[in-house]
Amino acid sequence: MSIRHSLLALLQDQPRYGYQLRVEFENRTGATWPLNIGQVYTTLDRLERDGLVSNDGGDGEGHVVYSITPAGKAAVQGWFAAPVERNNPPRNELAIKLALAVTLPGVDVQAIIQAQRVASIRALQDYTKARRDTAANQRSADTAWLLVLDSLIFQTEAEVRWLDLCEARMVQQAQSANQAAARKTSNGVTVEEAAPLIADSRR
Amino acid sequence: MSVRGPQQVLELAKVSRTFGEGATAVAALREVNLTVSAGEFVAVMGPSGSGKSSLLALAGGLDRPTSGGVFVESTPLGGLGLNELARLRRRAVGYVFQDFNLVPTLTAAENVALPLELDGAAARKAQRQALNALRQVGIPELADRFMDQMSGGQQQRVAIARAIVGDRRLILADEPTGALDSTTGQGVMEVLRSRADAGAAVMLVTHEARHAAWADRVVFLRDGRIVDQAAAMHDPAMLLAQAGY
Repeated sequence: MSIRHSLLALLQDQPRYGYQLRVEFENRTGATWPLNIGQVYTTLDRLERDGLVSNDGGDGEGHVVYSITPAGKAAVQGWFAAPVERNNPPRNELAIKLALAVTLPGVDVQAIIQAQRVASIRALQDYTKARRDTAANQRSADTAWLLVLDSLIFQTEAEVRWLDLCEARMVQQAQSANQAAARKTSNGVTVEEAAPLIADSRR
Repeated sequence: MSVRGPQQVLELAKVSRTFGEGATAVAALREVNLTVSAGEFVAVMGPSGSGKSSLLALAGGLDRPTSGGVFVESTPLGGLGLNELARLRRRAVGYVFQDFNLVPTLTAAENVALPLELDGAAARKAQRQALNALRQVGIPELADRFMDQMSGGQQQRVAIARAIVGDRRLILADEPTGALDSTTGQGVMEVLRSRADAGAAVMLVTHEARHAAWADRVVFLRDGRIVDQAAAMHDPAMLLAQAGY
């Protein structure tokens, strides 16, 4: 998440001081990503250093008010215009966990998948309920929160579908392994391997 | 309109169902215990062949278990003759099927009124209740339409109205959104949810996680056994925090 661009976008609306920026950000994103006030001030310092915001001085009540500069406006426009970069996918702990689990002997991968599926469905139930409750309120201020919830619902649903696929693949692999094992004779030689030997022995 | 009565509407006690005999016997369900209470929405998930549809058929008395008992509002279905079973199904159990199962030569209202009329209700009363059910699913204006004059989503709403008409206390739905687009599918979930909120016991069989998520409880079937259950219990804000947001 780009705090830098988010704060710039809020300043494009009107000049604000640090605490106002934090509250406004959380209001507009449904309090999904709580901001640390320290983060806000550090970011504002950097934006000022880079010439993207200017320090307008105090508002008489001890707050330092910032406003956006023309360079800052250009940066916001560029942010909105550009798609979010995907060349650094976020670390997916679940994918890493399963990738390791399938390569280790003695790990019950299906149990891992099922435990995750239950947890993911539970999360999906919670998001769906939150979405239902929010939609029932029909306040325009909730639109941002609905968008965030929709995004979480789609992500979690995708995760469950991926788990289903992983499981189907595991079952398929186990079945082909069983078939291969069934073809093996008691001394560990497969039927295919044994066939020429048996044919030889009959000559 | 609310549905009131005993808390536990459906109970499956150690229910097993085996198809075939001897070496070729296939166990579709193995000693399944499950209850659905009034006001509760339960979703059943599981891979193909896990026993989902068998479970639903047994719950509604469309099939009988090999062993174990099925109770609808405390009535053991096993003790009922065919006629009594049919009467209980018409009065207490509503089904929603994936392919709607509506009669094309009847209007929406006539389709919905059909089970009431079969049960001996006067035509006028049945018609009034049918209109009420169509209102509950949000399409009272389509009462006089025939099936070929309605979209898939509208037909599915008629099918749900037929399932809930007369305030049936147990609603069983088998992949009811299979033939619908996602927005219409969501509408179907809203109707099922509102029936549960009004006090009916709802059981939905689905392979779609996003639909199962509308339920209070999700039951996972595998090889004829219940292997897990999930119930929503977290505060979304806490969940977001846990997710690192």
